Amino acid sequence: MLVSCGQQNQSSNGALSSSAAEKVYVAPGEQDEYYAFLSGGYSGNLTVYGLPSGRMFKEIPVFSQFPTSGYGYSEETKPMLNTSHGFVPWDDAHHPDISQTNGELDGRWIFINGNNTPRIARINLSTFETEEIIEVPNSAGNHSSSFITENTEYVVAGTRFSVPIPQRDMPINEYKSNFKGSLSFISVDPEHGHMDLKFQLLMPGFNYDLSHPGRGKSHGWFFFTTYNTEEAHTLQEVNASQNDKDFIAAVNWKKIEEYVNNGGGTKMPANYAHNVYDEGTHTATTTMKKEVLTVDPLKVPGAVYFLPTPKSPHGCDVDPTGQYIIGNGKLSADLTVHSFDKMIAAIEGEKFDGEAYGIPILKFEDVLAGQVKSGGLGPLHTEFDGKGNAYTTFFISSEVVKWELGTWEVIDRKPTYYSVGHLMIPGGNSRKPFGKYVVAMNKITKDRYLPTGPEMEHSAQIYDISGDKMELIYDFPTHGEPHYAAGCPAELLAPKSQKIYRLDENKHPYAVTSPTGSKVVREGNEVHVYMSTIRSHFTPDNIEGIKVGDKVYFHITNHEQDFDVPHGFAMIGQNTSELLIMPGQTKTSVWEPKQVGVWPFYCTDFCSALHQEMQGYVRVSPANSNIELSWSLGE
Amino acid sequence: MKKASILMIVGPLFLMGLYIFPLWKIMLGAPQYPDPLGLNIHISGLKGVSEFDIQNIDGLNHYIGMQTLPKVEDMWEFGTFPMIIGIMVTIGVCIGVLGYFNKVSYKWFIGWFALMSFMGILGMYDFNQWLMDYGTNLDPNAIMKLTNADGTPMTYKPPLLGHVKMLNFDVTSLPASGAWLMFVGMMLTLTAGFLGWKNAKKQKNIAL
Ligand SMILES: [Cu+2]
Repeated sequence: MLVSCGQQNQSSNGALSSSAAEKVYVAPGEQDEYYAFLSGGYSGNLTVYGLPSGRMFKEIPVFSQFPTSGYGYSEETKPMLNTSHGFVPWDDAHHPDISQTNGELDGRWIFINGNNTPRIARINLSTFETEEIIEVPNSAGNHSSSFITENTEYVVAGTRFSVPIPQRDMPINEYKSNFKGSLSFISVDPEHGHMDLKFQLLMPGFNYDLSHPGRGKSHGWFFFTTYNTEEAHTLQEVNASQNDKDFIAAVNWKKIEEYVNNGGGTKMPANYAHNVYDEGTHTATTTMKKEVLTVDPLKVPGAVYFLPTPKSPHGCDVDPTGQYIIGNGKLSADLTVHSFDKMIAAIEGEKFDGEAYGIPILKFEDVLAGQVKSGGLGPLHTEFDGKGNAYTTFFISSEVVKWELGTWEVIDRKPTYYSVGHLMIPGGNSRKPFGKYVVAMNKITKDRYLPTGPEMEHSAQIYDISGDKMELIYDFPTHGEPHYAAGCPAELLAPKSQKIYRLDENKHPYAVTSPTGSKVVREGNEVHVYMSTIRSHFTPDNIEGIKVGDKVYFHITNHEQDFDVPHGFAMIGQNTSELLIMPGQTKTSVWEPKQVGVWPFYCTDFCSALHQEMQGYVRVSPANSNIELSWSLGE
Repeated sequence: MKKASILMIVGPLFLMGLYIFPLWKIMLGAPQYPDPLGLNIHISGLKGVSEFDIQNIDGLNHYIGMQTLPKVEDMWEFGTFPMIIGIMVTIGVCIGVLGYFNKVSYKWFIGWFALMSFMGILGMYDFNQWLMDYGTNLDPNAIMKLTNADGTPMTYKPPLLGHVKMLNFDVTSLPASGAWLMFVGMMLTLTAGFLGWKNAKKQKNIAL
């Protein structure tokens, strides 16, 4: 099943030639064809599913504390959630995007944005662990993010809310022409993936909603939809919807990059966190950055243009050839498709229709490739199957509409249940989509599953798109509020998925790589327990000499070197969470005992036949006691 | 006799494969180990088929009180076997060279084959004894003490050859590439002896 079955079901009635159940059934022991990564929205995390089965494999903690594994609770991972606002253990995670090489998915990393406290995270796709989070200064509502260019040169973070830059105390009703919208270009180190905020484009104070990179011929450009070009600051639902057309901002990032590389731009004081997790030490560190390079678009002539796009466009999607830029007016019935070639011709012919804050506005008719008269309501997002077709979601009329690029003709439409937001075709955001399935992510689920009180999980639906007509083959609940998703063939990731951490490569400063290295060390009122675990015991398992008021650090190293054999650790009354320690890994948990007594700890992950015996005790004596620190196993 | 002697020179050289390739392989598969754990038995020591297999086999076996798998220093065999193989290869090649120059008769070829076969059988016997000890000499404080239907303590001796079901594990024990190379080499020496014998008979007929 790992081998793509793209050759099957190619006939025009392919979608109808077998039952839906057969198409999604992945027999016990068989594996799915595709990985799908669904953002968790307000869960702050990313969930991993299989296609076509819809089975959930894992939740990857990214921006939120996660008691399942201790992410954001363990000493090693707490720094991942540091920001200039302090420790922010939550975010609103929206748009995942898989790294690319030459416009094709390469499966090295997946990026996702934190919308609320602007951040970008990078997740390693061999460990499926969050490795890096960079905060984005001068930004608010990091929504048109985290999309990447076709060689993963940049991941963008465009701001949804414009704000005073730099932040200051000022009247809100002076928004107009005083607020700015920042579009941040974060470079990605091609070898390690490390991110660095290279430059920030300070744009007029609109709302920058969604974005996509150019590809192929339009590689080097980035497109951002805007709304509220009215620059309203109150009652947005009315005041931001007055203009018939807002814009798609077309940004020639190569031109700006060149300007910046030649010393252009203005350095501005800033304060933002850069958190990096080191796989060798199993530990994250935070560096506070103090400066950001800003670029005034007017200083780089020819770098930024506005394409008028009707009715508060939301989605901004570029087809696999890079020719068409689709801007969907969320208050309209039609889709607007711009042509990249026409845009270039209009720029070269200097056919401008005025300007906004000095940025040239192109004429709508000059850049328009066509309009899809869909008959639907509230078009949002578009993906592509790589066979010349596009699929657009309609929020208000709850449907997916398939149409043809070039003829702009509607080919098929299918209802969704209900109020669909984004949709995803594996690789649909690259030059090479794997157009066999489309996954629609719905906001409302009522009556689809057994009720669970007033709140239900959202739902996703899988359509077989291998035939001319789409066929709904499965729906399944999702966790959090999935906004966007990214998918790729299983064979791209499964063979390189890491099975263990090598104990002999563990460089954690408190690791014990042999049980004889276990010890307990007092440093003032801090006590460091160097503990190891293996089926089915802790070393040591009895510790005495701890006092009320001590701060006890349990540094636990899992000595297993066997795939999928973690051990857990939990201490009674602890004010954090348990730990889940993977084979070869070291994690640290803090416990501050407040009461005398003999307190147990135990393994929280059923690890072996004697898991229940995997336990130990800590004796806590009064603060003034003089009991010597001691520890033992098997005595 | 020249052809036979060349075979007698080449045959023993196949035994050199034992310095690189495993002699025997024992695989342990179970539902929770869809990728089976495996043990490659080399003349100079044990190696996991995958890197951490030995640690994981030991980890499993401790429940029922089995000893940990022997390290190189724990068994005299791992020091002695490579020496014996070296000596046998040297003697075999020497016999072949001497045969080539008609200094020794084909009977030496058969003699070498017989000696090697005898030592092979001894080696198998020794290996079986070790398996017996490994599978039956259990820690009296073992966490789990399992008994057979008749009440006798269960033993865990892996088969010398073939497959056996042991608790939830399928244990398969088979000769590995090194053993097959040795087998080919010994067949060559046997052929050398046979050709030498036929040659000698012909010579005798001519002489008559
Ligand atoms: Cu455990």
